[in-house]
Amino acid sequence: MANLELRNVKKAYGAVEVIRGVDLQIQHGEFCVFVGPSGCGKSTLLRMISGLETITDGSILIDQSVVNGVPAAERGLAMVFQSYALYPHMTVRQNLSFGLENLNTPKAEIAEKIQDVSRMLQIDQLLQRRPKDLSGGQRQRVAIGRAVVREPRVFLFDEPLSNLDAELRVDMRGEIARLHKRLGNTMIYVTHDQVEAMTMADKIAVLRDGLVEQFGTPLELYNAPDNIFVAGFIGSPKMNFLKGVVRNGAGTVLALETGDLIALPDDKAQMPEGMAVTLGVRPNGLQIAPAPDSGNVHVDVRSVERLGGESYIYTAMPNGDAVTVHCPGQTEIEPGSSIALTIDTGQVHLFSTENGRAL
Amino acid sequence: MARVAEFLTRTRGRGRLHWTDWFTYGYLLSGMLLMFGPVLWLTLSSFKSDAELERFPPRFLPYAQELIEVEGYEKPLPVFTVTAGELAGARVAQIRRIGLVAQVVRPEDPGQVYKIGIKDRQPVERIALATKNYSDLFARFNFMRFLWNSTFITVMATLIMLLVNSMAAFALSKYEFRGRTTVMALVIGVLMVPQTVVLVPLFLVTRELGMLDSLWGVIIPGAATPTGVFLLRQYMLTIPDEILDAARMDKASEWKIYWRIVLPLSAPALAVLAILAIMWRWNDFLWPLIALSRPETFTLQLALNAFQGEMDTNWSNLLAMTVLTLLPIALVFAFLQKYIATGIASTGGK
Repeated sequence: MANLELRNVKKAYGAVEVIRGVDLQIQHGEFCVFVGPSGCGKSTLLRMISGLETITDGSILIDQSVVNGVPAAERGLAMVFQSYALYPHMTVRQNLSFGLENLNTPKAEIAEKIQDVSRMLQIDQLLQRRPKDLSGGQRQRVAIGRAVVREPRVFLFDEPLSNLDAELRVDMRGEIARLHKRLGNTMIYVTHDQVEAMTMADKIAVLRDGLVEQFGTPLELYNAPDNIFVAGFIGSPKMNFLKGVVRNGAGTVLALETGDLIALPDDKAQMPEGMAVTLGVRPNGLQIAPAPDSGNVHVDVRSVERLGGESYIYTAMPNGDAVTVHCPGQTEIEPGSSIALTIDTGQVHLFSTENGRAL
Repeated sequence: MARVAEFLTRTRGRGRLHWTDWFTYGYLLSGMLLMFGPVLWLTLSSFKSDAELERFPPRFLPYAQELIEVEGYEKPLPVFTVTAGELAGARVAQIRRIGLVAQVVRPEDPGQVYKIGIKDRQPVERIALATKNYSDLFARFNFMRFLWNSTFITVMATLIMLLVNSMAAFALSKYEFRGRTTVMALVIGVLMVPQTVVLVPLFLVTRELGMLDSLWGVIIPGAATPTGVFLLRQYMLTIPDEILDAARMDKASEWKIYWRIVLPLSAPALAVLAILAIMWRWNDFLWPLIALSRPETFTLQLALNAFQGEMDTNWSNLLAMTVLTLLPIALVFAFLQKYIATGIASTGGK
C-alpha cells in the first residue's frame, strides 16, 4: 500500500513562495498527474514529495506516517528525471544495478531483477552499452527501468517525455500507462502537456502559481471546470470565452460586448442584473448557423485548418476576441468570410468575470 | 606512414611554396629548436667525458680520444696522428708529455720512444658515449635512494592532493551552505600569496609537528592547493545535479555519490590535475631543500644540487642525473596528455 497525502504543504525560497499551501490525497495505485504552465511549481512539488527538496511548512504523509524529515533515500520512492540523469560512466546494467547494490541486494537477485525489467522494457540487448550509445527513447527506457527495478512504493516522473519527438512520445505514453497497469503502483507524473495528462491520468491536479486549482478525474476537469484557468487549460483546442453582462427579462440573457445576445439555460443559478459573466464554450459546442443573419454570435473567419475528417475554423469577433469552432467533416468556408454561430447551451460553462470562479 | 609524411609536408602553395609556407615552417622550426635544442644539448653533453665538457669551443657530438693497449705499458695510451717531422702520417701512442714535448711510441714497435713537439700531433678521436657518467651514479652515488625518495613523494603527494582537493571541490560545487562563497573566495585568495611568504611559518609548523627531515614533511604541506580545488570545482559544476539527485534516490550515501559518481565523472579534470601535481612535486626544489637536510632523505632535485660545490661542479654526473631526472616526467606527460582532452561526462543527459 502507498497512500500519499499532502497537508498544507508550502515552500518558500527566501521571501518568494513557490508552493502556497497544497492539500492532496492520492490513493494507492492511482496514476496522478500534476499539470500546469511552466513555473507553476509542479516540479518543485514533485521534488518535495521525493525528499530532494525540503518543505517550509505543512506535512507529507506516506501511508499515514509523516516523512518530512526522512531523507530521499529512505522514502522508498523512485524518480525518473526530465534529463534521464543516467550515470554516463556506467553501462546500462550498472545503471540498473546501482540502486540495488546500495540496498545490499544479493548479486543473484540483482541479476534476476535486471533481467526481468530489461526484458519488460525491451532493453535486454543494450545492457552492455553506455548511455551515450543509446537513442533518446532507449535512454528513457533505461531511466524508467532504473526506477522500476527497485520496486518502489511510489513512482515519480518529472516531465519524462519532454525530450522525445512527437511519435516516440505517443509510444512511450502508452508504454508508461501499460507499466502502471502491470505494476499497480502509485505514480505521480509531472507534465505541462494537458494531452498527456488527459490520456494517462486517473486523477489530475491542475496547478497554478503554487496552488492546486482543481483536483479530479480527467473528465471531471473537462466537464466541470472549477474556474476559467482550468477550463482554458484542459482540452485542446482551448475553450472559447465570451465576455458579457447578464440581462434578466423573459429568461436570462447574456449580452456580449459586440451586441450579440445569448439565451442562457434556465437551470443555471439566478444571476443579478448587470453581473459581468464569462461564457465558456468548447469548439465542439459551437455550430455554424445555416444563414449569416441567424445564429447567436457573429464572427469573421481568420483561418481554417482542414484535417480531413474534421476541420477547425479560427475566427474572431468584431472586438478581436478569438473563437475556435470545431466542424465535423470537411468545410467549404474560406478565410475572410463572415459567419454566424449557434451555441449549444447544454455545453456552456459560466464563470464570474470578476474572480474567474464557475457559477 | 605515407599519410604522416603527407601531413607533415602539407603546403598551401600547390607545386611550389607560398610565402606562408616559408613563414609557418620557419616559425615551427625555430620553435622546435627553441624547445628541443636545450634538451638535445643536455642529452648529448651527458655522454661527454669531463675533458670534452671543458673543451672550448664546445662540440655538438660526444667525442673521445682513441686509446690503445701497447705492450709494456699498464694503461691504455691515447692515440695521435703525427702531422709533421719524420714520422708524419703515422699513428702513435703517447706515453707522457713533458712541457712542449711529447714522448710517443709506434704501437707496432713499442720499444722505440720518439720525442715530438706537441704541435706536430693531432689526437685521433671517434664518437663515443661516456656511459661511465651514468654507471657512476649507481656505483658512487646513491641514485636509487634519491629516485625512491622523489618517486615516493611524488606519488603520495599526488594521491593525497587529488583526494583532498576533490573532496573540497565536491563540497564547494555541489552543496549549498552558508559561507560557501566566502570559503571559495578565501581559497582563490590564497592563490595570490606567494610561496616565499609562507615559507617561514610553514617551516615552523612542520618543525612543531616533528615532520622535518622526513618525506612526509614534504608531502603533507603541499597536499591542498588552491589551484587544484579551483580547477576541480569548476569542472564539477558542469556535472548535472540531476545525476546526483538520481543517485540519492538510488539510496547512495553522500560518500558513495562522491566516490562512485562524482570522482569518475571528474576523471578528465583529475587527470589534468594529476599531471600538474606530478610535475610540481617532481620538480619541487625550494621546500624540500628547507625541509630535508639528511642526504638519505634527499630527492633527485636536491641530489642534483649537491653535485654543485662551491669550488667545483661535477658536470658529467650532474648532466647524467639531470637526464635521468627528466625522463620519468617526460614519460608521464607523454602517456597522460591524451587524457586531458577526453571528456566522458558529456553524455548522461539528453
